Amino acid sequence: MRSSAKGGVGMQLRTWTSRRLWLLAVYAASAAVLFCAPLMLSDFRLNLLAKFLAYAIVALGLDLIWGYTGILSLGHGVFFGLGGYAMAMYLKLAASGGRLPDFMDWSGLTVLPWFWKPFESIGFAIAAGILLPALLALILGYVTFRNRIRGVYFTILTQALVIITTTLFVGQQAYTGGTNGVTGYSKLFGYSLASPETKRWLYFVTVGVLIGAFLLCRFLVKSRFGKVLRAIRDGENRVRFIGYNPAIYQMVAFAISAGLAGLAGMLFVLHVGIISPSMMGIVPSIEMVLWVAIGGRGTLGGAVLGAVLLNSAKSTFSESYPDMWTLFLGALFVVVVVFLPKGAAGLIGQLRGIGRRKGRESDERTSGVRNPAV
Amino acid sequence: MSERVESVILQCDGVTVDFDGFKAVQGMDLTLTRGELRFLIGPNGAGKTTMLDVICGKVKPASGKVMLRGGVDITRKREHQIAELGIGRKFQTPSIFPSLTVYDNLEIAMKQNRSVFAALRAKLRSGETDRLAAQLEMVGLQGKADWRAGGLSHGEKQWLEIGMMLLQEPEILLLDEPVAGMTDRETEKTGELLQHIRKTQSIVVVEHDMEFVRSFASKVTVMHEGRLLKEGSMEEVQRDDRVAEVYLGKRRDADASRSTA
Repeated sequence: MRSSAKGGVGMQLRTWTSRRLWLLAVYAASAAVLFCAPLMLSDFRLNLLAKFLAYAIVALGLDLIWGYTGILSLGHGVFFGLGGYAMAMYLKLAASGGRLPDFMDWSGLTVLPWFWKPFESIGFAIAAGILLPALLALILGYVTFRNRIRGVYFTILTQALVIITTTLFVGQQAYTGGTNGVTGYSKLFGYSLASPETKRWLYFVTVGVLIGAFLLCRFLVKSRFGKVLRAIRDGENRVRFIGYNPAIYQMVAFAISAGLAGLAGMLFVLHVGIISPSMMGIVPSIEMVLWVAIGGRGTLGGAVLGAVLLNSAKSTFSESYPDMWTLFLGALFVVVVVFLPKGAAGLIGQLRGIGRRKGRESDERTSGVRNPAV
Repeated sequence: MSERVESVILQCDGVTVDFDGFKAVQGMDLTLTRGELRFLIGPNGAGKTTMLDVICGKVKPASGKVMLRGGVDITRKREHQIAELGIGRKFQTPSIFPSLTVYDNLEIAMKQNRSVFAALRAKLRSGETDRLAAQLEMVGLQGKADWRAGGLSHGEKQWLEIGMMLLQEPEILLLDEPVAGMTDRETEKTGELLQHIRKTQSIVVVEHDMEFVRSFASKVTVMHEGRLLKEGSMEEVQRDDRVAEVYLGKRRDADASRSTA
């Protein structure tokens, strides 16, 4: 009796450490690849990768709210876009050098609108790029989660948010640049955004921010807060009856998720040099969810992997088969949904977990995440 | 024991619940004293579960009051606030969190500061790990602490949920058919547990299993069609003509359902 109990503990410890080592190795290898990428890739490819890594930050945030909390947002394009606009407004003002930005001039404005003024400061722009999306999410979360609007109804509301925001941005051309968005800037702190050196630095900044975002999300999901989030996904009402207020937890998770999307949007603008309403619309919002679905929701590594893989596939397909690539993407999505409900990360876990005992949670990938409500 | 000073912990006055015109509970009174084990019985549709729903805040009554500890009316409070005030609820079907481990289920249920900020910083202190370990042992799941709760058997889930509720340390426990689907051995164990809990906490149990109810010398409340029919000891209740009438009509059904079960 005693020895068998001991043996059990020993085995637990062994699977725990081997899993731990395995994960550590994967993290170390990924970080090494990311830091060595500038040596292997052309400037063009490196810039693309930097953009994908920014997307990966959005995917992390989406995974937090969808994969872990079970709330599907099809509105993350808006949060991403708000971050992008915040950074673009700073860059535009810096590029205009004290004069009115060109598109305002064309639209007949004579003075800088009051809400543009603070964006002359990079510190304000960065803070706004994270806090504005988070605040918007908090407000939307307050009116929905508190009133127990969830599932499909919440998702539809996030789509409505996208339509309202893009319509507003397109309509207010004098203040937002309309359909064209905000573009026409080439320098950050006096360095040319187009030069390979700057691009390399921005790449490293993006890698750093991604690692930071990953560690933040990892801390969140491992904490008791993260356990409550997963409990909400499993049974929101039950969480209520043991004394937690799920609405507050959902609001905080949603706000953090939106803040991460805003952060990603800022980096995106630095890599791409433009932000426009079409980049925050319905289609990009849905694409963001696909990254997480394909990478594997409920695992942070899966979300990052999904964003990078899917966007790489997209750019490869679109280069090789300019007419057909959307079909390929659609097919890929169908295949994943039908055959790999847990995404790419789930597939890796399944391969590793073959022959293992069922029902144990020592490996979350193999035991599987319950289907969050769609 | 009956000499002890009985202080009221929960008082329901004239509770009426209206589901779109259907009155599930009508003017129901219920008084619970500290340390009392109370059984709530009655035929199907009598409003027993709805009564528990009212107390724990799941259902808002159309009229009536539910006073906790003589002071606060909790009918306008929300579920998580009521839970924080010390009322725990166990539903009929086991409702645990299937994707969390057994241990994590207990950890988040444990009495603690339930704000987001506290949950972000929470670390298990040694006193807490001791309590969790003791609770695991009590519900017989010490070997399965790192199992996904979804992989447990039905009986184990019931026990896990009971363990979660005990760690919540409510002053009042509301149990909806806790022994449904349990084996005789498990039922017996649950009975012992109830005897143990009633020393420190008050319990309301909705139960269909008359054998189980009879094995306790406790007060029984009989409900019928949303109203209070009779309150008293099991013998008093059984002698009552109206109770017999309500149950006689159902007896045949009950026997039939028992033989098929």
